[in-house]
Amino acid sequence: MAEVEETLKRIQSQKGVQGIIIANSEGIPIKTTLDNSSTVQYAALIHQLVMKARSTIRDMDPQNDLTFLRVRSKKNEIMIAPDKDYFLIVIQNPSD
Amino acid sequence: MTKVPNNNAAAYAKKKAPGTKSTKAPSKKKDDEEAVEIADGWDEWTNGKALIKPPDQVVLTEAELKEEVTRILTANNPHAPENIVRYSFKERSFKPISAVDQMAVHFVLEGSLVYQDSDDSRSLKDKKGPPEENTADDTKAESDEETKPQASPAEDGGDVEDACKEDRPDSAASKADEKGPKLTNKFNFSERASQTLNNPLREKSCQTEPPPRSIFSAMANQWEIYDAYHKELQKQEKNKEKQKAPCSKKDDDKSKKKDMWLETLSDDVITNLSKATKIIERMVNQNTFDDIAQDFKYFEDESDKFRDEEGTLLPLWKFQHDKAKKLSVTALCWNSKYQDMFAVGMGSYDFSNQGHGMVAFYTLKNPSYPEYIYATNSSVLCLDIHEQHSFLVAVGFYDGCVAVYNLKETGAEPVYKSTAKTGKHTDPVWQVCWQNDDMDNNHNFYSVSSDGRVVSWTLVKNELVYTDIIRLSVVSDGPEGAQPHSFTCGTSFDFHKQIDYLFLVGTEEGKIHKCSKTYSSQFLETYDAHSMAVDAVKWNHYHPNVFISCSSDMTVRLWDHTINTPLFTFDLNAAVGDVAWSPYSSTVFAAVTTNGRVHVFDLSINKYEAVCQQVVVAKKNKLTHIRFNPIHPIIILGDDRGYVTSLKLSPNLRKQPKLKKGQELPKGPEVEVAKMEKLLSLLREPEQSSI
Repeated sequence: MAEVEETLKRIQSQKGVQGIIIANSEGIPIKTTLDNSSTVQYAALIHQLVMKARSTIRDMDPQNDLTFLRVRSKKNEIMIAPDKDYFLIVIQNPSD
Repeated sequence: MTKVPNNNAAAYAKKKAPGTKSTKAPSKKKDDEEAVEIADGWDEWTNGKALIKPPDQVVLTEAELKEEVTRILTANNPHAPENIVRYSFKERSFKPISAVDQMAVHFVLEGSLVYQDSDDSRSLKDKKGPPEENTADDTKAESDEETKPQASPAEDGGDVEDACKEDRPDSAASKADEKGPKLTNKFNFSERASQTLNNPLREKSCQTEPPPRSIFSAMANQWEIYDAYHKELQKQEKNKEKQKAPCSKKDDDKSKKKDMWLETLSDDVITNLSKATKIIERMVNQNTFDDIAQDFKYFEDESDKFRDEEGTLLPLWKFQHDKAKKLSVTALCWNSKYQDMFAVGMGSYDFSNQGHGMVAFYTLKNPSYPEYIYATNSSVLCLDIHEQHSFLVAVGFYDGCVAVYNLKETGAEPVYKSTAKTGKHTDPVWQVCWQNDDMDNNHNFYSVSSDGRVVSWTLVKNELVYTDIIRLSVVSDGPEGAQPHSFTCGTSFDFHKQIDYLFLVGTEEGKIHKCSKTYSSQFLETYDAHSMAVDAVKWNHYHPNVFISCSSDMTVRLWDHTINTPLFTFDLNAAVGDVAWSPYSSTVFAAVTTNGRVHVFDLSINKYEAVCQQVVVAKKNKLTHIRFNPIHPIIILGDDRGYVTSLKLSPNLRKQPKLKKGQELPKGPEVEVAKMEKLLSLLREPEQSSI
């Protein structure tokens, strides 16, 4: 687990990274670097998005699976790495 | 007084008469007549006539008359026989029958009554179809008939009378049904009713706690079904394995296995998340180093068009790890399977400053942090990644050890390591190189060391087996001074790309020996190459005869292994750390010098000068190693501060020979060989002419 935390630390120290959220498969945040309200909002909304995206992929081919999802927006980029039990959300402003 | 009993008897007889008349009429007619006569006599007696006594009347005394005679009415039939005997075959004698039927039937009357509600009566009615009155009359008549015998007082006909009594209310009821309001029997009707005490109603109830309920809803789609099947399949397989396991292995093993399984399960969650974090880290890096990534892929230096021959190097990512700041890069190696990945060996060349070392694996996708890090106790001097099994990495150390790391295994220790027992080198290992698997499909690699040995290491199960291939003895140039047991230090070697057994060894004295794996006693050839230690010797990727060498004597030399003298000598004005052939052209090579310069040569363009000479690192830093990426047009350079710099070769540095229009661009190794051959022929001709 130490390795994972080290990696998270490195990610946090990267340029333009605004926040990291780890949420469980139900969209409940477990670990976050953001404030409480925006964490809950991000986790809940992105959870829906991830489930939709995953079902899209899996419905087309059950052997396939979603491994990564990045959402590029005007202000920042949301990167989501879904996993069996958790998903990891990183919000980065690449132009910073 | 005597008359009274007679009188009584007469009365009795008179009373009895009607009953006897009805029942025993035929049998006692005479008696009746007598009785009537008696009655007549009575009347006469009342008229005061003299008592006429029968002559044979028994004269009773007073006492006898007073005597009470008790007559007992029994149920026995006086006429029943008492002395019936039957022959018993069982006892072979006549036996009296004790049980005799005592019943006497005096009167039998067959009735013609039909129960009105029964089916028979209905069918009768239908047959007759008469008006209702008739039936009523019938029933009346019937009941009249009934009354007749009932009216006659009879002790014996009691049964019949009872039956009639039973019938009567019924018939009356049936009449009532037919003729409106019920007529009660005026003669012998009584209605009795009584009410019993009703038990008070009791109700007892209790309520149990309702069983827990939960609402379950789910949606099945294709992938969930697939997952379910997949899981089931895995479970079945696991069960099969479990069934097999106890047969072959002991209980201890089983429990161990279980523990292992649990461990890996818990690890899985972590490793899964670590995979996610790894991806995220790479993506974050991709965003932060977006411009470099774009350059790596798309930037082509436009200014090259205006320069004739010269090219430039565009710096891309810099790789550096905090823990390796004080170490110098001692080895570089690209991964042949994952072209974005390379290994960096770190340590120190300085004899007086030896300490720990490190092996780090970087990928271009994540320049900020190595993918794998292995800390070592001794300086790493060389490493090589297996061509086919890119997770196997052979490492040579300053203390003479060789080790093999397996990237698939977790843990910081190498999977194989040579020890003093298993023939480790006694001096620093300067180069290691994987070979093709041997006859038994064991992986093996070679190493060269300052102790003058070239050793082949074979990975057998869990140990390294060594075989000395050659000992580098001092070539006996001098007359007697040569000692048979003195060895020279090997500093580098390279194996021929096509000829399996052929390899070159560069030594500290500056000589290069051409050796064969099969002859351990002598060299095939010795080249007096350099005046100082040979830092690197490399076969050309395409041309089978050509190799290149570099040395701390500031020169790079190009050789044909069939010729004893160098074809080319390039003086680079600084100690040359490393030289490397390019993988895309037979005539392009690059060298790094300690003054921080990279020299890129393309012999097909310029035979005398480098097409690119560029300072790429700070002046103080000495460049130590260089490697071309096998696919992408980039090189990586290592320096003595632990930095690895990646550079992109500008188009001029990877120029293809100019072609006439319409001519197809020939490709393949033959073309490259031809290109080199052309160069060589140019060289030979002047030589021949000069001779």
